[in-house]
Amino acid sequence: MREFRYRRPTDVDEAVALLDADPDAAYLAGGTNLVDLMKLGVQRPDLLVDVNRLPLGGVEPLPEGGLRVGATVRNSELAAHPVVRRDYPVLARALLAAASGQVRNMATTAGNLLQRTRCFYFQDTGKACNKRDPGSGCAARHGQNRELAILDWSEECVATHPSDLAVALAALDAVVEVAEPEGTRDVPFVELHRSPGEHPERETTLRRGALITAVRIPPLPAARRSAYLKVRDRASFAFAVGSVAAVLDLDGDVVRDVRLAYGAVAHRPWRAYRAEAELRGRPFTPELAGQAADAELAAARPLRHNGFKVPLIRAVTVRALTELAESRR
Amino acid sequence: MQNRSGSASIAGDERSSRVAFTVNGDRRELTLDNRTTLLDTLREHLGLIGAKKGCDHGQCGSCTVLLEGRRVKSCLIFAVTLDDCSITTVEGLAGPDRLSPLQEAFVAQDAFQCGYCTPGQLCSARGVLDELAEGWPSAVTEDLTGVVRPTDAEIRERMAGNLCRCGAYPHIVAAIRETAGER
Repeated sequence: MREFRYRRPTDVDEAVALLDADPDAAYLAGGTNLVDLMKLGVQRPDLLVDVNRLPLGGVEPLPEGGLRVGATVRNSELAAHPVVRRDYPVLARALLAAASGQVRNMATTAGNLLQRTRCFYFQDTGKACNKRDPGSGCAARHGQNRELAILDWSEECVATHPSDLAVALAALDAVVEVAEPEGTRDVPFVELHRSPGEHPERETTLRRGALITAVRIPPLPAARRSAYLKVRDRASFAFAVGSVAAVLDLDGDVVRDVRLAYGAVAHRPWRAYRAEAELRGRPFTPELAGQAADAELAAARPLRHNGFKVPLIRAVTVRALTELAESRR
Repeated sequence: MQNRSGSASIAGDERSSRVAFTVNGDRRELTLDNRTTLLDTLREHLGLIGAKKGCDHGQCGSCTVLLEGRRVKSCLIFAVTLDDCSITTVEGLAGPDRLSPLQEAFVAQDAFQCGYCTPGQLCSARGVLDELAEGWPSAVTEDLTGVVRPTDAEIRERMAGNLCRCGAYPHIVAAIRETAGER
């Protein structure tokens, strides 16, 4: 591992200034991904700026409804929060489906969103990877790509975003609060992550040195009826092969509102706007859910080894929505 | 590989840091290379070799210890981040004269074979028992707002971060269930 300097700033401005001044610096939060990538030689920061003791903890109800989640709130703490369990089951389920108990005790809210892909080629410094080493090529494009993208990939990168939490936040229209050298701003969650295009090394729309300070989850009464279904190769402690976050609001049998997002299908958490448009205003049936998934997945371009993900995501969409529709009867 | 080490760019006094924390109730002060994990600190600097290095990548759970009472993977934590923190390792689970009820249950239920993963299993199980007592839900909890029971399914899901290559899982589950029942 490359040697590094270590700083533990006490306020956000100091942390942002430290990052801004050093192109090889990195923020350290829970460390569950970064420390591993440093051991693998994939990330080689010369300065770690420890954000764990910044005043960025706590889960607070917002006056207008909804929650404000501090950046350093641990995944386990957020999943156990009574308001999350009652009002946002999709969020609690996504958190609890991820990683292991130990990792959830360490991993933070913001760190989870900024974790790197688990593409095997990205994690192997002996392999070509445009994300790790821009311009080196993509060994995954024609390699062992069963776990990788079916939507929105480029010839330069077919990686997927590994987070479960991010899929739920995409469905909930969360907002990310960001501190930058110029000040603070809000970023709609669905605009946080980028498509790979020609620059897969740029994973978010944040500028260098930006620090996520909190995530706001807007009020959404319909989210009390919500679900996160994750398909994986083991029953526990495994990344998703495909996942669906769903919120369903029915007026009688008619879909008044619906939120759908997919995980492990693209470089970013995938909000399924086309599927939602197919469902909204129509009487819900499992057949309609299937048609909605088809509309979303019409743009899918499976790789050699992951064609199964298209019918898998379709089936999980139908199951998630149908179970939510039946749970109210 | 010399250029990859990057050592030339960092002054000697910036490569290491002074850190003080409590391990099993004892105050410890150390100067450590910033790269030293908590696991290596325990094993190589403090003589506490209970926590094991299985995978060193956060996947096997054999390095599990308790940090501020919560179970964590010590291989993924840089020790210099732990100033003023409190750590409990497997060496700190037992009382001065006798094993803890959890450890006694592991013995009674024959919950290990080679024993390599056992310190991590014990620390993780200690954390699981506290999480259950606090009502934390898991992925297999059916009612997120209901009471959490220490069923076999709950224990198996919560212990998924600890591998046992001898396959002592059924006995580990039994030992944890027995301990949870006594609380």
